[in-house]
Amino acid sequence: MIYADNAATTKMSRTAVEAMLSVLGESWGNPSSLYEHGQRAKDVLEAARKDVAAVIGADPREILFTSGGSEADNQAIRSAAALGAKSGKKHIISTAFEHHAVLHTLERLKQEGYEITLLDVHENGIVLPEEVEAAIREDTCLVSVMYANNEIGTIQPIREIGAVCRARNVLFHTDAVQAVGHIPVNVGEDNVDLLSASAHKFHGPKGVGFLYARKGVRLTNLIEGGAQERGKRAGTENVPGIAAMAAALKEADAAREANAARLTVVRDRLIAELKQIPHSALNGDEKCRLPGNVNFCFEGIEGESLLLLLDDKGIAASSGSACTSGSLDPSHVLLAIGRVHDVAHGSLRLSIGEDITDEQADTIVRSVKEVVEYLRGISPIWRDLTSGKKDFIL
Amino acid sequence: MALYSEKVMDHFRNPRNVGIIEDANGIGEVGNAKCGDIMKMYLKIEDDIIRDVKFETFGCGSAIASSSMATELIKGKPVSEAMKLTNQAVAEALDGLPAYKMHCSVLAEEAIQSALEDYRKRTGKEE
Repeated sequence: MIYADNAATTKMSRTAVEAMLSVLGESWGNPSSLYEHGQRAKDVLEAARKDVAAVIGADPREILFTSGGSEADNQAIRSAAALGAKSGKKHIISTAFEHHAVLHTLERLKQEGYEITLLDVHENGIVLPEEVEAAIREDTCLVSVMYANNEIGTIQPIREIGAVCRARNVLFHTDAVQAVGHIPVNVGEDNVDLLSASAHKFHGPKGVGFLYARKGVRLTNLIEGGAQERGKRAGTENVPGIAAMAAALKEADAAREANAARLTVVRDRLIAELKQIPHSALNGDEKCRLPGNVNFCFEGIEGESLLLLLDDKGIAASSGSACTSGSLDPSHVLLAIGRVHDVAHGSLRLSIGEDITDEQADTIVRSVKEVVEYLRGISPIWRDLTSGKKDFIL
Repeated sequence: MALYSEKVMDHFRNPRNVGIIEDANGIGEVGNAKCGDIMKMYLKIEDDIIRDVKFETFGCGSAIASSSMATELIKGKPVSEAMKLTNQAVAEALDGLPAYKMHCSVLAEEAIQSALEDYRKRTGKEE
């Protein structure tokens, strides 16, 4: 199988698996227990916290382990909203193409009386810092902009947006789930107050992630109970998962530059080749995107059938088609960059991993071309477009 | 468990009766691109028998499979029988569809009915 869906999840690295097995076998105690077995687990936990903090330029005390990216997003936003409400600030700025973990939390806050401004992400899928600045009001308590988009891979000017927020004294959160371990992330240089990350996006295990909260940013609990995680996240820590996450992140960070350089070459080749398919369009900025992300719309076809036929050819990918999401609407990300429904249904996301070979990239190109041509051949829309009965959109 | 039954995957991978009929005397198109599903059916009817049927579909795997199965179910059948084709019959013949994909079988039924309606209009057989 050619696995080209690393934005959905990644395979755990050998190092991460071994780190997890070691905890399961030898350091299985409860970190809150005072005897040796507990303290061994505590040592593992705190070493992991140190490792994770080091990769993003944080202090270990600023790292809170969570069940994943969604929990970290929820807690970051809920915390900033609660802080804002204390001083009567109930306006939050975010963007139209955030992950649902952010968007749905904001929707809930809207029902609770907060005002939400969702910024335009433009045709290239990039937020403008000056538009963030223009949107900030006296009562703005939070700006939340994702580091890199999960569907189209576009990388946001986080540092500049962070500087704007800092100058205006507004908290800044970034959902960095797709970025951490893949591109340089440094909370200090990036002027970030809150940051979310998820282990399974960088070859760690599922069900574990972390929230960075700058010293002085008071967090609100989502889960009440014991005093774990400095009292901000109750529940016995997922020590095996956390240890594996730290091992995976350390490993990903050490190889990051080399991996990114190689992936970028393959990515650009895939983009150049797939662009040759007539009436197709790359989604998102061509250069300012994650090293492994390729996302196209192909006019006249539907994404789910494209994925099924690619699966038959041994290629695992994803689509923003409504049929693959179980809803009637295609991806909100594609709609946010101005793709109309008709073409958004025909989207394909390839998120390639470090181990991709040139032969595999060739197979992907050949297969996508074949499948798109075949599906267009049985599509009544394609017939209408090619016979001039309808105008091409792309 | 797989998303679709073997039957669905078979009709999706090897759809029966794909294409167009140049001299069709009944054509029906349903669905819209906005929702991500369009089915177009071509019928060639002689002596009240569906001598030939072809389809083109823009849509997901179950939409393509439903179109294919629907054409198989009516090919060679009298018009009166084709008129009784239901979406349940299409879905059952495919060994079932996931609940959220049942609308694909509805679309197939509607496409056939729309083509038959077009045939009745063309031949003045409207009641």
